[in-house]
Amino acid sequence: MSNRVVNILVPVISVILGLLVGAIVMLVSGYDPILGYTALWNGIFGDAYAIGETIRQITPYLLAGLSVAFAFRTGLFNIGVEGQLLVGWFAASYVGIAFDLPMYIHLPFAIIAAALAGAAWAFIPGLLKAKLQVHEVIVTIMMNYIALHTTNALIKVVSDGGDNTGTINASASLKSAFFESITDYSRLHYGIFIALAMVLLMWFILEKTTTGYELKSVGFNKHASEYAGMNVNKNIILSMVIAGAFAGLAGAMEALGTFQYANVKGGFTGIGFDGIAVALLGANTPLGVIFGAVLFGSLKYGALNMPNEAGIPVEIVSIVIAIIIFFVACGYVIRYFLEKANKKKEAK
Amino acid sequence: MDYVIEMLGIRKEFGSFVANDNITLQLKKGEIHALLGENGAGKSTLMNILFGLYQPEAGEIKVKGKTVKVTDPNVANDLGIGMVHQHFMLVENFTVTENIILGNELTKAGMVNIKDAAKKIQKLSEMYGLDVDPNAKIEDISVGMQQRVEILKTLYRGADILIFDEPTASLTPQEINELIQIMKRLIQEGKSIILITHKLKEIMDVSDRVTVIRKGEGIGTVITAETNPNELASLMVGRQVEFKTVKSEANPTDDTLVVKDLVVADYRGIDKVKGLNLTVRKGEILGIAGIDGNGQSELIEAITGLRKAKAGSVSINGKDITNKKPRKITEAGVGHIPQDRHKHGLVLDFSIGHNIALQTYYQKPISKSGIMNYKKVSELAQKVINDFDVRTQGEHTPARALSGGNQQKAIIGREVLRDPDLLIAALPTRGLDVGAIEFIHQRLIEQRDNGKAVLLLSFELDEVMNVSDRIAVIYDGQIVDTLLPKETSEQELGLLMAGQKKNSNIAKQGDTTHVE
Repeated sequence: MSNRVVNILVPVISVILGLLVGAIVMLVSGYDPILGYTALWNGIFGDAYAIGETIRQITPYLLAGLSVAFAFRTGLFNIGVEGQLLVGWFAASYVGIAFDLPMYIHLPFAIIAAALAGAAWAFIPGLLKAKLQVHEVIVTIMMNYIALHTTNALIKVVSDGGDNTGTINASASLKSAFFESITDYSRLHYGIFIALAMVLLMWFILEKTTTGYELKSVGFNKHASEYAGMNVNKNIILSMVIAGAFAGLAGAMEALGTFQYANVKGGFTGIGFDGIAVALLGANTPLGVIFGAVLFGSLKYGALNMPNEAGIPVEIVSIVIAIIIFFVACGYVIRYFLEKANKKKEAK
Repeated sequence: MDYVIEMLGIRKEFGSFVANDNITLQLKKGEIHALLGENGAGKSTLMNILFGLYQPEAGEIKVKGKTVKVTDPNVANDLGIGMVHQHFMLVENFTVTENIILGNELTKAGMVNIKDAAKKIQKLSEMYGLDVDPNAKIEDISVGMQQRVEILKTLYRGADILIFDEPTASLTPQEINELIQIMKRLIQEGKSIILITHKLKEIMDVSDRVTVIRKGEGIGTVITAETNPNELASLMVGRQVEFKTVKSEANPTDDTLVVKDLVVADYRGIDKVKGLNLTVRKGEILGIAGIDGNGQSELIEAITGLRKAKAGSVSINGKDITNKKPRKITEAGVGHIPQDRHKHGLVLDFSIGHNIALQTYYQKPISKSGIMNYKKVSELAQKVINDFDVRTQGEHTPARALSGGNQQKAIIGREVLRDPDLLIAALPTRGLDVGAIEFIHQRLIEQRDNGKAVLLLSFELDEVMNVSDRIAVIYDGQIVDTLLPKETSEQELGLLMAGQKKNSNIAKQGDTTHVE
């Protein structure tokens, strides 16, 4: 068994173990796991509409996961995806409403506004980290709260005291008539292509460019990077800014695709925090993020069907998801057993 | 003959790489047995097998005549084998006692019984003349003391057989002497010791017998009293080793590096370099001799742009580079083999190939308009690996996995291949074996013969005397004298390094011939 196979097997086995333990939890709580998982399956793949909605749910997870993974690969922990997403969401909505432009200008403008807003939000912790060595985890967490309440206030200003910005102009929308027609009018939109393009972009930056080489180098060893003539501070800030832009785009997906507006929120969306788990599931690689986002998006959306079809409370699914993450996080144990099994095979 | 440990015909493979092949090591009771080999020869692998961290593919281990299977370090502990690691395994903000009992706590009614443990440790410490305070915090005691804590840890766990892994690598000469005394004391008390090292002098000083391994193969065991450093060196390297570096006369020409009235402060803001003047010319090696802490590090950091100079100037080929960015200085023609290879020299989590591109990644042909050309990185890496004899499984191996000597060769390869006008080599041979040292010295001399300037910083007088064409003695942030190696002696240098003034009779050639 090559290293590659092991790397793929670990998350797969984690998912299976997670589902098994989840089944036990359902049994113990007096529900039928087979019925439950059938409902879950139907919730994800049951019909064209479910599939469309599942992919729609995956889209922001992809970008949130990329944001965390990118920062992590360069030695930073971006807990601020949630806040960056919220400011991106607002920025995209605002541009979508306030301007009336031809689509080929308006839509890119709104998307870029979201990316810039997220980048700007992440710039602050990056700057503080680079110049004053303030830990980015603390700053990004605090920036989440600031983002939540600031965007709420701004939405009130924009809507004259209302709690919703109103629907964006069609010229800024990612809505897809084609997707609607094939998925029975689900909210699936063109944003999935943007998200996948960003996966490619992350891979390209990290693996192909001198910038990526510098970012990784600074992430691993600041001193050697300085010795090699790299600008360490610039790279720390750049890393946060790129991560923030990914998160801002996740906000644009919600603003321009799923919801078509921004509304006052009582709390966080959770997408940003789930992004941490997505990145973890995907071992912080671009391809892995796709895996993590698909898993997360599917479970989150499919779970909504479990109360309807099987009468199982949605909390059970949260537990199953948590158990899967738990097994991935201690993937070391699974790796250990795989390698042991491997050795036995070789010995024979 | 009663052996306490016998490792017979040990073989260990990592994939297709054979780390140990047919190695036999027999440790007698009450002896200090040295295990000698080059960096990367497989010494650590062999000891990790004995300590239960690796399982051998072939061979047998006997402890006190009985065949055993050491499946993990706990088994080794139970067999009375203790290891004093090169990199200490201590919790910095715990006390000595807390560190020693960690994982093996004495308890009284469910509570850790620190008091009794401390008493026991005090007793052990006295018995072996270790002089360790059981209540001191690790972060407050010297490196030499920390090592004694490691020794106590093994004794506390009842070890009879102690493995010392490169114990002198981070010690001062004074501490080395003390360690040797401690080892002799341990033997008197009936312990047996395996000493892993590549320092021939130590082997001659303390060991009873020596087992030599070369490139993973067991070469044999010799009795220390019946051998000499020359023989050991050639057994280890597999050929004759020249201790005296052969080189022709230097032909220095124009000034390359000129340092004028330089003042540099350390990280606390205290001046460490105090109005220093220095010149290195094309075609010569200038060695800086001095005791650690007299401003050497700050001097080199200021020249290379890693630290700001407070006053004075530095120039390369007449071009002022004072307080320029490191990259500007590199591009002005400076190559730098840094003092701390793990901190500055390498990105340990990068592959060795990526590390070799560290100084040139942004230039053609390694990259073009921001896009890396990893094929060219590969070619460059292969060239360094081949030309500089970097022993690695391949360019994709993480730098962390290489032995110290091979890491250093990779850094030197990277810097020398750029063919800098000035090559700064700070402690280039620290922790390396004689074979690697010889190789590195030759490379420095080659640079010089090609008409380049070389600035060598070393704490080893031998090295300074052997390699340099001129020696500048640094004391308290100033060059107190510049001498020619053949016109001075270690005694004279030693006095100068200790701050003894003398009436200089040798012209301070380099220091007065500034080109304005």
